[in-house]
Amino acid sequence: MIFRAAAFAALVIVLAAVPLFAGAYPVKLLEEILIWGIFAMSLDLLMGYAGMVSFGHSAFFGVGGYLAALLLKSAPGAASALLLPALGAGLCALAIGFFSIRVSGVYFIMLTLAFSQMFYAVAFQAAWLGAEDGIVGVPRPIILGADLGRPMSFHLYLVALCALAALVLWRVVRSPFGHVLRGIHENEARMQAVGYPVNRYKLLAFVIAGIIAGVAGSLYTQFVGSITPDAFFWTASGEVLLMVIIGGTGTLGGAALGAAAFILLQSLVSSYTERWMLILGLTFILFVLFAPGGIVGALRGRIGLRA
Amino acid sequence: MTPAPALLSIERLSRHFGALVAVNAVSLSVAADERRAIIGPNGAGKTTLFNLITGQLPPSAGRIVFDEEPITGLPPHTVARRGISRSFQRTNLFPTLDVLENLRLAAAADGRGSYNVLGFGMARWAAQLERAAEVAEAVGLAGRLGAPAGSLSYGEQRQLEVGVALATSPKLLLLDEPTAGMSPEETERMTRMLERLPRGVTLLIIEHDMDVVSSLADRVTVLHYGEVLTEGSFDEVKADPRVYEVYLGSA
Repeated sequence: MIFRAAAFAALVIVLAAVPLFAGAYPVKLLEEILIWGIFAMSLDLLMGYAGMVSFGHSAFFGVGGYLAALLLKSAPGAASALLLPALGAGLCALAIGFFSIRVSGVYFIMLTLAFSQMFYAVAFQAAWLGAEDGIVGVPRPIILGADLGRPMSFHLYLVALCALAALVLWRVVRSPFGHVLRGIHENEARMQAVGYPVNRYKLLAFVIAGIIAGVAGSLYTQFVGSITPDAFFWTASGEVLLMVIIGGTGTLGGAALGAAAFILLQSLVSSYTERWMLILGLTFILFVLFAPGGIVGALRGRIGLRA
Repeated sequence: MTPAPALLSIERLSRHFGALVAVNAVSLSVAADERRAIIGPNGAGKTTLFNLITGQLPPSAGRIVFDEEPITGLPPHTVARRGISRSFQRTNLFPTLDVLENLRLAAAADGRGSYNVLGFGMARWAAQLERAAEVAEAVGLAGRLGAPAGSLSYGEQRQLEVGVALATSPKLLLLDEPTAGMSPEETERMTRMLERLPRGVTLLIIEHDMDVVSSLADRVTVLHYGEVLTEGSFDEVKADPRVYEVYLGSA
């Protein structure tokens, strides 16, 4: 426990210090990993703990991203950058979840996918959202007097929020609520038979995951300075799903590792060949065949680490 | 002296599956603290009757009153929170979770504290663990608290199956063939375990083993083709020629 806390603190410090010794491109990659890491961890809460495989998680990423873009243009503060995108994404998750959690398995996958594609269609056509060009020229906020337009401030802000997301999710999965989610994952019918209204717990998990995905989307807008309908597209949901699977479901840390592996692979391979998707596809197949527990599962098998 | 009101009272309960009538106008009344066995050949509608009582299936017709409140058509979690708990004929556990956690989840199923999302102030946790350990003792699994449910022997899994149902502290406990598939020694152990259950838990038990029925049940109800054939003490039912007929004659 103390060892884990110390390792986590050390990791946060190292990540925060990277710009001191690394160039602009590696830092940019790291920041992208931090943002997608938050997004992937939020999905892992659903997939790895509650057993709900969502193929529409990009809906909340996109809602957070678009809300931040619209709001930051008029008021570049903490409410526009974090609070309102989180709230908006949470409300969307409440609405989508209300319908989606009534079904499970493939039907849940299809329903979440359909909802996220509806958001894509709206963003692609709505003139007030910039249609297919999206919203560009979004300024970074000023929070608690810190101007996040400065690269180092923005880097520390990302590291801090990623660490906070990891801590919050870590608390959630170990809380009494998290134990209920695991019970639902293991045997939903029995949970119902002993007295748990399982849909309420599933909906709450869906909303928590949606809020955190919304924060990731908002950070993405701040990172790039713009947002396009692609944030909603099903490929974004697919990529975050791959990250969680590659990293190892039900471990949180695995989701972040998966995000790192995915983004590093993407940047490495795409500098040699245009066909990086092919390489990624092969990697994914190899993982599913030979390391179904993902990176974390494979590491645990090797060195005998336990959860 | 007026008779105590029944804890569970079922009035003309029916369930059809298409043209098949699985349960046909069954009326049944179980007094508080009673231990009632339900017997009958395969396909008599015993498990369907349990599914109707606990809300796993909605009835086609009829009424169920529990503790003087109608519970007909309520969803399973609501029925469970009213105080009816059940075990399943086919073991239905949380296989990768350990014995203690299987029981604690059931002990915590009243829902209080279960929306504690961040895990601060876990006041109820200790009481739930205590209840789980107490039930583990009662079902003879006190030595296996840390073992994943899926790693237990078949007999132990059946014991845990009863334990999970018991851990919710029900007023009425429905046991669906707790000794199904058990060896004679395991059956013996399960019977002793059920005999030791506190008398305050009313018991409704589906059972094929007549030794188990005779040593546990105060009264026996015989179901045949979804209908109540007869009801009485074990000896009365045993002496009824029609009971022999449905078990032997029609087979």
